[in-house]
Amino acid sequence: MSGGVDSSTVAAILARAGHPVVGLTLQLWDQTRLAGKHGIPEAPKAGRCCSLDDVYDARRVAEQLGIPYYVVNQEERFERDVVRPFVDEYLAGRTPIPCSLCNNHLKFDQLLKTARSIGAERIATGHYAVNDYDEARGRWILKRPADLAKDQTYFLFGLTQEQLAHTLFPLGHLTKPEVRSAARTHGLRLAEKPDSQEICFIPGGDYKRFLNAYLEEQGEAVPETSGELVASDGSVIGRHEGIFNFTVGQRKGLGVASPSPLYVLNIDPANHRVTVGADEELATQTLRAHDLNWISIPALTAPMRVKAKIRHRHEPAWATLEPAGADAITATFDVPQRAVTPGQSAVFYEGDEVVGGGWIY
Amino acid sequence: MRRVYMDANATTPLLPEVLEAMRPYWIEHFGNASSIHFQGQQARTAVNRAREILAEFFNCREAEVVFNSGGTEGDNTAIFGVLRPGDHFITTAIEHSAVLRAAERVAERGVEVTYIAPQPDSLIDPAAIRAALKPNTRLISVMLANNETGVLQPVEEIGRIAAEAGAFFHIDAVQGAGKVPFDVDRFGCHLLSISAHKLYGPKGVGALYIRRGTPIDPMMVGGVHERRRRAGTENVPGIVGLGKATEVAMQSMNDGDVERVSALRDRLEAGVLRIPGTGVNGAGAPRTANTTNIRFDQVEGEALIIALDLKGVAVSGGSACHSGSTEPSKVLMAMGLDKHAALASLRFSLLRTASEEDVDYVLGVVPEAVERLRTLAPA
Repeated sequence: MSGGVDSSTVAAILARAGHPVVGLTLQLWDQTRLAGKHGIPEAPKAGRCCSLDDVYDARRVAEQLGIPYYVVNQEERFERDVVRPFVDEYLAGRTPIPCSLCNNHLKFDQLLKTARSIGAERIATGHYAVNDYDEARGRWILKRPADLAKDQTYFLFGLTQEQLAHTLFPLGHLTKPEVRSAARTHGLRLAEKPDSQEICFIPGGDYKRFLNAYLEEQGEAVPETSGELVASDGSVIGRHEGIFNFTVGQRKGLGVASPSPLYVLNIDPANHRVTVGADEELATQTLRAHDLNWISIPALTAPMRVKAKIRHRHEPAWATLEPAGADAITATFDVPQRAVTPGQSAVFYEGDEVVGGGWIY
Repeated sequence: MRRVYMDANATTPLLPEVLEAMRPYWIEHFGNASSIHFQGQQARTAVNRAREILAEFFNCREAEVVFNSGGTEGDNTAIFGVLRPGDHFITTAIEHSAVLRAAERVAERGVEVTYIAPQPDSLIDPAAIRAALKPNTRLISVMLANNETGVLQPVEEIGRIAAEAGAFFHIDAVQGAGKVPFDVDRFGCHLLSISAHKLYGPKGVGALYIRRGTPIDPMMVGGVHERRRRAGTENVPGIVGLGKATEVAMQSMNDGDVERVSALRDRLEAGVLRIPGTGVNGAGAPRTANTTNIRFDQVEGEALIIALDLKGVAVSGGSACHSGSTEPSKVLMAMGLDKHAALASLRFSLLRTASEEDVDYVLGVVPEAVERLRTLAPA
């Protein structure tokens, strides 16, 4: 229970249906920890994951429902498995997705283990996704939810069969307005609480400020990765102050004047070189992904037609998957896609089903 | 579901006779103890009767008892009220936060603070206190009984050292009240704080013993209540409750409750220790009768607390004031446990009313919960 409307409504639906429910909140990050460093606000805004306000809201919902409620502290694991990799990925010139790491390492790993170890059969979360067991295939299947605008399957591609078997997504068949309506029906005071949008541990969404503040707190220098800004023909057109300031597809903050808009095309971490070019040059036909997890199939053994999604807000596009060595694949798009970004995940769909996914490299 | 409460060091229920004693002071005898009239005198009489009981309990003069809001206020008053910039203050690394945070605060205001680390059995070595003395040492503060382990500190010896050095001596006795006999002269202390709710009395009330002649600046200023040592209209029902709870506690110690609880605690401990990979923290030292602090290897203590609560058994890890935090117990760390061992340790603290059935119920629940945690989510 995050203290938001989704997980609160899940708790209400299950508890009011008579299921024995225990509310758990993961305390993942101390929002006051970097306060005041590098322009991070002194007082965290309300409505942010793990803020005292949100824990209070979650607890109030549990009190209203009359269910036991506990805060489980996983700050150490969160820092090790999510925050540190997030920082390292940026420093290495990639663009990480902390939410997927958190799902893989915290929510559906440690939280599920904790839940089962204290006697629960399953965890239920407020994610918008559907999971069903398919007898014919003998597999748990993850599907896109009723509300495609809230679809969170992109962040859930790492779920194992064991995890899916012990997870409930009660909101999968509801739309967000229906969830808010259910929250009102159950008399939850936070039915109108705004959705959280940004990365929960990055105040204001400014990751560069966070990187600086975190490294300073750790007593580490920001690595020297300044270098050349080059055009796609290799000509040097300027300099930049560090590769972690860039994401493939980025337009703002390049620091060079140009008659037509320029975008980051590529980040070369070894040579600290950032290549920029026109929008058309961002298109990529084939991506490579590794560190795979398969859901609807046991493994990819032959080419397969899928729709591939390469970032959270990307509309899945037709592609052909092919095995490409141990725990790696290529996905070749029918129509080249804009801004394939190393560090993001590629998630593959067959109809509504999540086939599997991996990390773009 | 049966519920067994084994967290008496966090708080205790009100005894029915305490509630009965308090009852008239809400509505019928509602007077302000400072008022001249009949109603005021009724309230004043009740407060002074409680003062008389507390004086007997502490073995002090009635004028040396100051009622307040509880342990935190007593500890804070002793520290903020006695220390001035330039003074030296000696305390220990295993005090309650009410002492440690106050120590940090006075340190910011120019008081030099020395924290004495405990020995591995969590006892403070009086020689270490003696060695830390300086010409400007003005206050020594040491707890009587540790909240997490129950270990009893050698306060009498420390009191003698304080007397020789001409320093004031404060004892945080919150966890000792009703468990060991008090005598402020034997302890050699100038200040001693207790809290009613650890003693089967109400929350929000306590008392601070202030030896005559101890110069102390009040934390609360206003009226002339409590001989100008603690302003604010007296919490008459609370004070009556503290008085009654103290009276019952003295009787209970005479009636052998301590020995009975001690035997139950030993039975609980022996039963839990049959689980492989367990151990008692602070076992080698004298302890309060009701407390045991047990380490469960390869178990996340936080999860075990939840698992036990869902089975009706209430215990805590570290002190209740720290629940929800990641920090391993400072007390256990100071005793030399590593972080994992500290986070894998739980405190069982028995009520005075605990029964053999309570202990047996807990012993029926704990092994299975530990086994499940070790199998499904090993720490």
